[in-house]
Amino acid sequence: MALSNIWVFAETDEAGEASNATLELLTKANTLGGTVTAFVNGAAGGAAAAFADHGAAKIYETGELSGALPGVAVSSAMKSVIDGGDSPDLVMFPQNYEGRDVMSRLSVKLDRTVLTNSVDISAEGDSVSVTTPIFGGAKMVTAAFTGEAPYLAAFRPKSFEPAGGAGGAGEVVSAPVPDLGATGGATVNAVHVEETSGPKLDEAAVVVGGGRGLGEADKFEMVESLAKLLKGAPGASRAIVDAGWVPYSYQVGQTGKVVKPTVYIAAGISGATQHMVGMKGSKNIIAINKDKEAPIFGVADLGIVGDVHKVMPQLIAALEARS
Amino acid sequence: MNVIVCVKQIPDPALPGELDPSTNTLKRDGKLILDESDSYGVEMALQLVNTAGEGAVTLVSMAPNDEVSGLRTALAMGAEKAVLVSDPALAGADALTTAKILAGAVGKAGDYDLIIAGTESSDGYTGTVPEQIAEVLGLPSVTFAKTIVVDGATVKVERQTESGYTEVTCPTPAVVSVTAGVVEPRYPSFKGIMAAKSKPVETATAADLGIESVSWAQSITGVEDAPAREAGEIIEDDGETFNKIVEFLDNLKVI
Repeated sequence: MALSNIWVFAETDEAGEASNATLELLTKANTLGGTVTAFVNGAAGGAAAAFADHGAAKIYETGELSGALPGVAVSSAMKSVIDGGDSPDLVMFPQNYEGRDVMSRLSVKLDRTVLTNSVDISAEGDSVSVTTPIFGGAKMVTAAFTGEAPYLAAFRPKSFEPAGGAGGAGEVVSAPVPDLGATGGATVNAVHVEETSGPKLDEAAVVVGGGRGLGEADKFEMVESLAKLLKGAPGASRAIVDAGWVPYSYQVGQTGKVVKPTVYIAAGISGATQHMVGMKGSKNIIAINKDKEAPIFGVADLGIVGDVHKVMPQLIAALEARS
Repeated sequence: MNVIVCVKQIPDPALPGELDPSTNTLKRDGKLILDESDSYGVEMALQLVNTAGEGAVTLVSMAPNDEVSGLRTALAMGAEKAVLVSDPALAGADALTTAKILAGAVGKAGDYDLIIAGTESSDGYTGTVPEQIAEVLGLPSVTFAKTIVVDGATVKVERQTESGYTEVTCPTPAVVSVTAGVVEPRYPSFKGIMAAKSKPVETATAADLGIESVSWAQSITGVEDAPAREAGEIIEDDGETFNKIVEFLDNLKVI
């Protein structure tokens, strides 16, 4: 079926700017034909211009959620608009915290299936299908929607390149959150932002990831020093986040951030599937690990089979000497 | 307090995954084990019931062939009973169908204050089922919990976000999904393993839950090998390989 009406779940960051994930999806939506609408979690504010520039002809905004969680609130606002007669053929979500929750609630409200973790979408003739990497990216599965629209699909961040200049009209329309009843019982009382210095993990040109092979929490310092020297960002495998060595915001992988830097340096990371899906798209990968059978060497452009406790300090010293 | 925990029994992730060539869905016909990402929810539930001083933990699960190996692990950790939905019609079910089935199983699990689930399974990782269950049951929910404290009829959660975390309160009954690392799952004791053998597991089909027909509006149309990365240069460290890294970075102009 032709996709004549496409919605993108849209978000802004703490500074009120359009999130990259939203701009990526708007750009892709524009290539699929039809009208593109951004459906904003909260108020569009100054981000409306960026949404329009990336192709949004219309922008629905829920307005401030006053403590409600986006999952139930935004999906209910979407349902109200759909019941009011503006029904999309496709709703695209980023595969992130709020995108996943909004999509889940909406799927039940509309009784529609979801396809998640996708990296591409195509609409050919009557068939709309998405591509999803499985087994840590070793295989690509294509799955088609077979029922009635709206189709609901979630995409991993960085699946598409954002491109401005699309010249959408960006007409802002209010889409208030209706009474949520019992489902709206959860209330956000306080927001904590974990401070990080240097570039953002998912935007840095260089990412240095640390894993269990570092041996102990204190050794993560080496990862931070190297990242700083390379003007990059430190990252981590799930194993050491779960172990409490570093905050969750450092996590690279399936449940963490997807990174595609110019260089990814994996220090003491074996390369579990969970981690690989988050960094495999890096342009260049350097791995340091003492186990030569470690899966990380399968994707490394330069692999050093050695002890991170020896190689890292030498590398740091050599880079310090140059600067 | 009574807590229901949704658990998935999955093929051993240490073994290479395989697709069924006829359906292109994940092969799940061998022995299944408790998904490690669900062991955190089981542990959290046991601790909450222990803190409350009364109540029980009940498991709900959907699996082929009346598979109970993974359920026995969670029962050995201390859960009291389980409801298992097993039905050949559910092979390859989508997340929405799974959520409807588990919500139906919750109806057979008795009174509850809280439903706990992992954020996503380790084999399918759709990550939508907990929130879908909440919507099917008309309940409030908090996803990505990294701590949970129950205070009377309120659950207090620290919820992970993109940039840190938020403090969320929610009236019970509610659905809460927990991240790995929320608690350290216990190992079942020998006594627990013995006791688990005789703990009740009620089995049901979709029809037993009042769900007469199941179908899902998606189908797999193709599976291909991903383009492989070209093999890189792998070298044993001789005390000088750090120079190779410096050279590599130099060539890329990042230093």
